[in-house]
Amino acid sequence: MPQGDAMAETDGTAEPSTRIGTRDGTPTADEETVVSLEGVTKRYGPTTAVDGLSLSVHRGELLTLVGPSGCGKTTTLRLLAGLERPTSGTVRVDGEVVAGGNAFHDPEERDVGIVFQDFALFPHLTVAENVAFGLGEETDHEHRVEELLSLVGLSEYHDRQPSQLSGGEKQRVALARSLAPEPAVLLLDEPFSNLDVGLRVEMREEVRRILDETGVTAVNVTHDQEEAMSISDRVAIVREGRLEQVDTPEGAFQRPRSRFVASFLGHASFVSGYVSGETVDTGIGPIPRAAIDGLAREYDGTDVDVMVRPDDVTARPPAPDEVPNGEVVHRRFLGPTVFYRVELDSGDVVGCSHNHAEEVPLDEPVKVELSAEHDLAWFPTGAKRVADGGTDDAR
Amino acid sequence: MATDDRAGRLTRPDEGVDRSNGTVLLAGAIAAIVVSPVVWLVLQAVGQGPARILGLLVGGSTLRITVNSVLLTGLTTLGSVAIGVPLAVLTVQTDLPFRRFWTVVCALPLVVPSYIGAFAFVSAFGPRGLLTEFVPTGATVYGLGGTVLVLTLFVYPYVFLTTRAALLSFDTTLLEAARTLDHSYLAAFRRVALPRILPGVTAGALLVALYALSDFGTPAIMHYDVFTRLIYVYYATPGSEGAAVVLSLQLLVITGFVLALESRIGAASEEKGYASSGRSDAATIELGWWKLPATLFPASIAVLCLVVPVGVLALWILRGGPGYTAGGFAFEWSYGINTVVVSLVAALATTLVAIPIALSSARTETALSRLTERATYFGYATPGVVLGLALVVFGSNYAPALYQTLPLLVFAYVVRFLPQAVGTTRSSVLQVDETLVEAARTLGVSQLAAFRRVTLPLIAPGVIAGAALVFLTSMRELPATLLLHPTGFTTLVTYVWRVTDAGYYGAAAVPALALIGVSGLSMLVILSQEGDDGG
Repeated sequence: MPQGDAMAETDGTAEPSTRIGTRDGTPTADEETVVSLEGVTKRYGPTTAVDGLSLSVHRGELLTLVGPSGCGKTTTLRLLAGLERPTSGTVRVDGEVVAGGNAFHDPEERDVGIVFQDFALFPHLTVAENVAFGLGEETDHEHRVEELLSLVGLSEYHDRQPSQLSGGEKQRVALARSLAPEPAVLLLDEPFSNLDVGLRVEMREEVRRILDETGVTAVNVTHDQEEAMSISDRVAIVREGRLEQVDTPEGAFQRPRSRFVASFLGHASFVSGYVSGETVDTGIGPIPRAAIDGLAREYDGTDVDVMVRPDDVTARPPAPDEVPNGEVVHRRFLGPTVFYRVELDSGDVVGCSHNHAEEVPLDEPVKVELSAEHDLAWFPTGAKRVADGGTDDAR
Repeated sequence: MATDDRAGRLTRPDEGVDRSNGTVLLAGAIAAIVVSPVVWLVLQAVGQGPARILGLLVGGSTLRITVNSVLLTGLTTLGSVAIGVPLAVLTVQTDLPFRRFWTVVCALPLVVPSYIGAFAFVSAFGPRGLLTEFVPTGATVYGLGGTVLVLTLFVYPYVFLTTRAALLSFDTTLLEAARTLDHSYLAAFRRVALPRILPGVTAGALLVALYALSDFGTPAIMHYDVFTRLIYVYYATPGSEGAAVVLSLQLLVITGFVLALESRIGAASEEKGYASSGRSDAATIELGWWKLPATLFPASIAVLCLVVPVGVLALWILRGGPGYTAGGFAFEWSYGINTVVVSLVAALATTLVAIPIALSSARTETALSRLTERATYFGYATPGVVLGLALVVFGSNYAPALYQTLPLLVFAYVVRFLPQAVGTTRSSVLQVDETLVEAARTLGVSQLAAFRRVTLPLIAPGVIAGAALVFLTSMRELPATLLLHPTGFTTLVTYVWRVTDAGYYGAAAVPALALIGVSGLSMLVILSQEGDDGG
């Protein structure tokens, strides 16, 4: 039962290398691997930035490495590009070993393109010259440059200087420039972080369109989980140089394999429960066993934590004949919704978000109920419970 | 975030070695060569045996010139503070009329090489001078008084400029904050403003001290015995080379002491942030009826520093007269051509040497690259006469083939002015985002091609500015040129020196004015660089 295995791992009992690729990380026959990392480690003196990381990127997909600051995701990207040399492990691009053993190919010898965080347009060259940069100096590339500029919608910007461009335009030029030599894989290093918030969402869609149009394989890096989930085919959650989970955005959100993934991708509360027969008894009442994703029989008669997202539960004033099961301790108005933090009588704290029209008074007893229509994820108890809003795993 | 990763990368020691090992090693080798002249001096000194060294160290003349040097340095520094600080306050903090104009005028004396200033004063007020009749009987332009006066007039701008910068960067809201905390204006000034401005004054004063200590031309022309003058005299006296070497080392030690002081104060003032930015327009002192007398101060300084030298030189040209062609001292245009050619070669050589050093110090954070950059300043801080002597020792004892050849002279210029080229090149390298090179390489371009196609075009303005600075300063360099120029190879500077020595002032007027023009141009280069940095 994979779920059970995953649980064991998050408690730190399994080898890190077995963590990867058991669920959706394993490529199937029709998914051809373009780029792969095998047990790649990068150390800087005593610091380990990337720790035995293995990952495969399939042809034509957009895979996003997402994780908090300093988790090693950018280093991973630079290892792929050949801008860093791995301490150990193997990197393959298009089946060819580009780093590993005694082999190391310089960036110019690899079939990779990269869009840098600050775009890195050559300030002394025009837009067209920037796009033509990677096409070799000898021949005329006018046709190809036109093609790419029209792809990114900047045909009339041919002779502009980079300094005359807005952030979004620079991004398009950078994209066109790195796509020009038709790389096997395109790497995107936090490409949206230097854009205004409004532009960010727009460019996200635009970049996705351009990638789809060219069919290029791409690896994106971000610390923004919303960005990661909204544009990626698959997300790889990285933490402290290791992969926590590789999955579709929906899969990782609904069925996180660790508390870290659960909390990193969105607000998550954990309510403790006792598995007894066909129900799990929790502070928000009994939950049917069937509503909990893959709860194995061997956990009968044990304590587990059930993950609930704010939209999975509702809090309301109790009906006259009802016994309340918690008290609202915090209320935050977020515009369309209101976020409540409820301390349950059982001691757990859960976050719920409601439509802003529904008013629940602060410091009043409430009844909290499960309203989710999908299966819930769970974790074996035994480690410190991650409280409401917490983002860290038990150690 | 990725920026964290990047910032981390900068401090990781293995990274730079990984990528530009070659550049760093090349830079290290260059630095070693730059420092080498002093090694020849030390070897030469040791070769004389301890008894003779001791004898020279405690000899009567050593004590005398040490006292003289300290007097000259001390008085010039005091004089520069006395002129520079009030001028800075006047142009920054008061409603002096035409402040902008006076600011430029007050900085301008830097354009006149101090030995040209000394020459102008001597040719005006010295024996057989233009204005000798105005000098009171018994008084003389020579000696301590004249040397201090002339030197102060042409180096006080160092204090003026650093004090001005400190005053301008002082955030006057701090003064207002102190006053709301119940301090009187004076108390607030003393407790808040002064500690922030003082490092600026001190930095300028130390620059003046270093200049006064190492200046060769002014005391030599004004006949005042300090280290630099005596080193040259001993060098020119057959059999006394050993004494010159020992004196040179002594002067180096004293210079090192002032430099150490400067770097300590420099570091401290950086900490205290005398260059902090802030609003500084609020605290304008109204001069009232003092306006006119206050204007007379910068005006009289301008007359002494600018009008007198240029006027005197112009008068000599107009006068022409017998002195002009007498004694085989006729000016030839080939002197000018010689100067331009040798300076051009020096500029090219210095630029070539500076690029790897600038790249390694801007791009890598290893101990070697830091050491290399520091080492380039060694030649800069070494007094020119000491460097010249060191190379004379090297040439005459170890490499006779090079002695009194142009390559050795060019080498001296490279060693002496390398920091100028490294400085401008380095700052433009720092402005080139390193990801540009990475971008080029991921686009399939080799390291060398990336340098040629991306880095070089982007740092070109800095490289050219550095070359121009070296070219212009090489043209006006006096002591090393004097000691190392090949026999029969006359430059503007050696010509001015020769005719001044012989008293044919008129003949030196044209080349001296040309040298002032050249210095003015180098000032323009520096200013245009600063403009670039601001924009």
